[in-house]
Amino acid sequence: MKLGFFKKKDKEPKVEFTKKWEPFVFLLPFVIGVTIFTIYPLFNVIFMAFKENFVLLTGKYTGLGLKNFELVLKDRYFIQGMQNTFRYVLIVIPISTCISIVIATLLNNKIRFMPFFQTAYFLPMVTSATAVGLAWKYMFHYQYGIVNYLLGLAGIDPIAWLTDVSSNFTALCVYGVWNMLPFTIILLLSGLQNIDKLYYTAAKVDGASTLRIFFRITVPLLLPTIFLTMVVNSISAFKVFHELFPLWSGQPGIAYNLFTVVYYIFYQFRGLTPPKYGVAAAAAVILFIVIFIFTRVQMWIQKRFDN
Amino acid sequence: MKTKNFIKYTILYVLLGIGAVFMIFPFFWMITGGFKTSQEIAAFPPLLFPSHFNFDNFKFALDTAPFAKYFVNSVVVTISSVSLSTLTTILAAFAFSRLEFRGRDTIFALLLALMMVPFEMIVITNYRTIINMGLLNTRLALIIPFTSSIFYTYILRNFFVSIPESLYRSAKIDGCSNWQYLWKVMVPIARPSLVTIILLNSIAAWNSFFWPMLVTNTTAARTLPFGLYAFMTEGGARNEYMMAAATIVVLPMMILFFFARKYIVTGVSKGGLKG
Repeated sequence: MKLGFFKKKDKEPKVEFTKKWEPFVFLLPFVIGVTIFTIYPLFNVIFMAFKENFVLLTGKYTGLGLKNFELVLKDRYFIQGMQNTFRYVLIVIPISTCISIVIATLLNNKIRFMPFFQTAYFLPMVTSATAVGLAWKYMFHYQYGIVNYLLGLAGIDPIAWLTDVSSNFTALCVYGVWNMLPFTIILLLSGLQNIDKLYYTAAKVDGASTLRIFFRITVPLLLPTIFLTMVVNSISAFKVFHELFPLWSGQPGIAYNLFTVVYYIFYQFRGLTPPKYGVAAAAAVILFIVIFIFTRVQMWIQKRFDN
Repeated sequence: MKTKNFIKYTILYVLLGIGAVFMIFPFFWMITGGFKTSQEIAAFPPLLFPSHFNFDNFKFALDTAPFAKYFVNSVVVTISSVSLSTLTTILAAFAFSRLEFRGRDTIFALLLALMMVPFEMIVITNYRTIINMGLLNTRLALIIPFTSSIFYTYILRNFFVSIPESLYRSAKIDGCSNWQYLWKVMVPIARPSLVTIILLNSIAAWNSFFWPMLVTNTTAARTLPFGLYAFMTEGGARNEYMMAAATIVVLPMMILFFFARKYIVTGVSKGGLKG
């Protein structure tokens, strides 16, 4: 995203185009919404994270301090959540990026049946992840799932994808990669379309092979877009959470083995009785810090490649 | 050279075809699964197609859970939240691109910084705000938190900025008010951008799951994705029923995609989806 607001003002004679009250009226509906549902909760959650033994109903708390953060960082579910989340990001992002580079490069050719391919590759972007998650659940079924059937054809014994602790995470990653592909392919495809055709013409004149062109021209020139999509995807992968709902009926894995950072937040303020709002808030602040770092990296990449 | 090209294109189509099958298969499996009988769905080796297309599972899903009600709720919530947020977006984008007031660009930069606040964080307080407003288990709870979007305002403002300022100046000198200029000039020019914003916003609203799960516990207020999930946890989770119900949820967006594919694809490539 480019920040385009540091434009030089036109040096024209000053004419009063805006009445004093106008900006106020135009902005009012927008500002009300943003204030109540983004700005206020942001500060409220940060403050809540420091309230010790906070009870939501009464609004009472025993003091301000770092106790919630201590509780979070020592909680084995949170540690598990962090590990799972980072593992998820580190597995899903490289795999989906590599597949997307190949598919985007192929789609960038002049090919027939483009509407069909576009539909096939981009449809998952517009459909409910909950509904499609249920289809995956059926495909992952231990006894009659198509995944195990296909593995069986290759001579592999059936795997209890959803009902065995050791395979849960793989199932989540497979579904995660599938989910991430459409968006990644679209971004990379538009990056490819921005590459000057001249490079390809020159390479062809020199007689370079298709593979050589791919590794020596396409990939290097696409690198900024690749980095950018990786960071953007990392941010969304870091919030992995609602994929768990269709696959394990709202549980984090078959044996509470698939906590993620966001699931942990949700669990603290919705899964526990009584809910631990302070702990949830502290975990949310940690999530915010991680995403803040990712976003800084994203801006840094953009700045570097824009110049 | 010709045979080389032939080989190249064969490989290309084969690879693309394999990938396309992999991507589309869950949808195929969902829809055909919705037509299978309880024996057919548990058959091994799996049956690619049901023996005949009967609508019993769809009927069962619609009879057991109020999917018709969920559908109406989804339509109401999507249309209301998208139209309200489009309105606030247009007004704010105009203020940030054409109106002159002190601190405009600073305020805008601060708003952009707010875009990195994860929804999963502020949800804790928003949940309480909805309770305090007495809106728990109402459709209104699914609408009002989404009436202003910083992300879409940012996208539209950038488009507004690209419309030549000279147009604005000449219209103003001809005595056009800001209000008139916005609706008679800016909005018609920005129509493609607006269509994209409305489409992306509608898709997000229709598929929204996390927030409805938090604030709607009654069938009266549920929308489709959470209704589907509730159907699974409460209704015994038979796969043939699940697939039929999932098809009902997915179908409207599929139809939308068939008609608006180009808008959606270019929209995503230009602005990206809401994170």
